[in-house]
Amino acid sequence: MKITARTVRTIIIYAAMTLLGILMLYPLMWMFFSSFKTNQEIFGGVGLLPKEPVWDTYKNGWKGTGQITYLMFFKNTFLLVMPTVLFTVFSSAIVAYGFARFKFRLKKPLFILMISTLMLPNAILIIPRYLLFNKLGWLNTYLPFIMPAAFACYPFFIYMMIQFFRGLPRDFDEAATIDGCNTFQVFMKILLPLCKPALFSAAIFQFIWTWNDFFNSLIYVNSVKKFPIVLALRMSLDATSASNWNQVLAMSVLSLLPGTILFFAAQKYFVEGVTSAGVKG
Amino acid sequence: MLMKVRKKINREMLGYLYILPWILGFMLFQLYPLMASLFYAFTDFSITNTPVFVGFANFKTMFFNDPLFYKSLGNTLKYVFMSVPLKIVTALLVAVILNQKLKGINFYRTIYYIPSIFGGSVAISILWRFLFMDSGMVNRLLGVFHIPQVQWLSSPKVALFTLSLLSVWQFGSSMVLFLAALKQVPEDLYEAAKIDGGSGIHNFFTITLPMISSVLFFNVLMQLVNAFQDFTGAFVITNGGPLNSTYLFALKLYDEAFTYYKMGYACALSWVLFLLILAFTALFFRFSEAVTYYEDGGDF
Repeated sequence: MKITARTVRTIIIYAAMTLLGILMLYPLMWMFFSSFKTNQEIFGGVGLLPKEPVWDTYKNGWKGTGQITYLMFFKNTFLLVMPTVLFTVFSSAIVAYGFARFKFRLKKPLFILMISTLMLPNAILIIPRYLLFNKLGWLNTYLPFIMPAAFACYPFFIYMMIQFFRGLPRDFDEAATIDGCNTFQVFMKILLPLCKPALFSAAIFQFIWTWNDFFNSLIYVNSVKKFPIVLALRMSLDATSASNWNQVLAMSVLSLLPGTILFFAAQKYFVEGVTSAGVKG
Repeated sequence: MLMKVRKKINREMLGYLYILPWILGFMLFQLYPLMASLFYAFTDFSITNTPVFVGFANFKTMFFNDPLFYKSLGNTLKYVFMSVPLKIVTALLVAVILNQKLKGINFYRTIYYIPSIFGGSVAISILWRFLFMDSGMVNRLLGVFHIPQVQWLSSPKVALFTLSLLSVWQFGSSMVLFLAALKQVPEDLYEAAKIDGGSGIHNFFTITLPMISSVLFFNVLMQLVNAFQDFTGAFVITNGGPLNSTYLFALKLYDEAFTYYKMGYACALSWVLFLLILAFTALFFRFSEAVTYYEDGGDF
């Protein structure tokens, strides 16, 4: 085989890409393996794999504060995340349906308004929202996450679904209308099943963002009993005596697990979601 | 005739009905907070008392009596201009390399994307703290290769850069976006350039970059808006230290509002941040209007 400049170039590219890949994954692998290390090794060793693996870090870390275990924190997180995701997807879809399939006089200005709220920084809303939720008695519940989701306050997803609806031919709607469906039935029976990919992407992104949302949790939730996992982790970081850092790492690994599983199970939707509308992350 | 008109009106009403959830949500959770915040910005208000109108006093305090205001503002600007360009350039570079027709691209794309799925998660911040502390993994690895160690988190000169690295590490979502845009660039443009004898780098600046400029623009904009508000890393990893060198604007906002309960002052701060973001956005729009290429002429 003749070694041409082209093959050399290809080899260099593969080598560089592999090196970058290792660099990208190394921190995550280190975290995973370190959750089985002794504390001395976490702060001393240079190897990736644990020398004398400790198997009970997950079991002990799971105990949490003693009174409240990670079972509770995980349950809380699901109670916070699941309704938020479901409401986000449904409300965004219904609003997108309105924008994509109906003509009304204020459509264009309202659409532009909706898009421009994409740029509205959370930092400016969070204090008055806190005061509002305080008045409504919603602090220390998950309503500050669920209610904005129910009222379609996620323009990113609305926009994503409008784009998707626009790609669906109107013939479907018309055929269903002739068959006697009203507009809501057209939405529920015809369009919603067709836009499953968009619904999935939205659900996955919202799941992961809400799951990892630290800032809002920190502000709206303040009793340990109601803590989602992000707050529990941060608390463990403050409270940890020098002896159980491996448990902190173990629980950190667990907290990343649902997102990771979702990513590998639904990779297709991830890429579609990112490219169809947007950017965040 | 009458039936038809009624039907049309009916359908118009239905349109409003379907977008009603958003209209209500917008008014209650976005417009009202925005207006309330503007009002509070001109008051002395600490949750327990009723807001007292104080004119521009909050802004006066901020500009003349609060050194931490300038410190946090400076930190945030430094952070934004360190992390965003680094992240975008990395994402673009990797996307261009991945866009060549090589085998196994999807595999590499997946790997590079993984860190992005965790976003600003606390677990990742904890990991960063472990990796970059003085006796952390990164320094130990440097030691193995006899490279001088760095005080990644304990030196006021380096800590902000270490936080930026976390953001750069998550370049995956930008990369996927660029990759999709690169696939849209028509092949024949490159072929024409080949005949003209253009080099690869020349092609990148004369063909690739202009063709993906609208995606690039949108991406930079969203990254800017997000970077101005970054909180988790600075809060969990360094808690603003050492010597306030990572005390970002979002931390300042959080402290004033939720540690000292100075709601009025915090709202005034948040408006400064908002106006700053708006100003940068406007500036950026101006700049990109001159250089962005839209295939359809830019009509919306």
